[in-house]
Amino acid sequence: MNDTIKLTYTVTTEDFTRAGEASGDVKRKLKKMGSSPEVVRKVAIAMYEGEINMVIHANGGTIDVEITPEEILMVLQDSGPGIADIDKAMQAGYSTAPDRVRALGFGAGMGLPNMKQYSDEMKVETELGVGTKVTMKVFQT
Amino acid sequence: MTVKDFAEQSGLRVLNLADNAGELLIRQAYCCDLLSIAMTKVPEGAAWVTVMSNINTLAVASLTEAACVIVAENAATDSDFIEKAKAQGITVFHTEQPVFDAALLVHEGLRAESGL
Repeated sequence: MNDTIKLTYTVTTEDFTRAGEASGDVKRKLKKMGSSPEVVRKVAIAMYEGEINMVIHANGGTIDVEITPEEILMVLQDSGPGIADIDKAMQAGYSTAPDRVRALGFGAGMGLPNMKQYSDEMKVETELGVGTKVTMKVFQT
Repeated sequence: MTVKDFAEQSGLRVLNLADNAGELLIRQAYCCDLLSIAMTKVPEGAAWVTVMSNINTLAVASLTEAACVIVAENAATDSDFIEKAKAQGITVFHTEQPVFDAALLVHEGLRAESGL
């Protein structure tokens, strides 16, 4: 018996038209599977923030999601520029997003802080010029 | 107050009326333009009033299960925006009213309904 559902999403290019599709899809699946509304909301917010970050800063990347009865594991991997100062990036209000992104209503420096707040566990591994990997977990109970 | 009730009472221009507008309840008004904040704060069932009218607004509305979006201050919308609203099944209104006045319209509709 296998209770694990594995999903992979590709977040592409720097256009914003598809951002939100991966998190929307996971949200629908979790609802259908009967996850609590709080868990669904946490996963949707954490993952949407991650998607937006990848689009803004890294020209996209991949998201792997594993859903078990115990937890939702999200691994977001990109080949972007990496994060120069992770402590600063974790501070609410610190942002390196360009003006065109701010004009769309993002770039308030809430991305990583929101991801940390809405996941139960988060790990950021980053290397300049290589990319960033963010691993987040949300527990089902 | 359902989204459809509000559409009829408010007289706001409807850019898209979702199929579920007759059942979906508006529970409160909510105002915010910064999507980074809105995505964690829009309450479920909110009539979300904003001047931010790009497709990411709709992604956030969908994510947070807002009842509808009200684009205030005559903010520009394009065909991509409306198409996305249709695809996502989100009711969207458009008005030249300022954000506060549009939210007040929602609030007054809810108050009238509750008989207070």
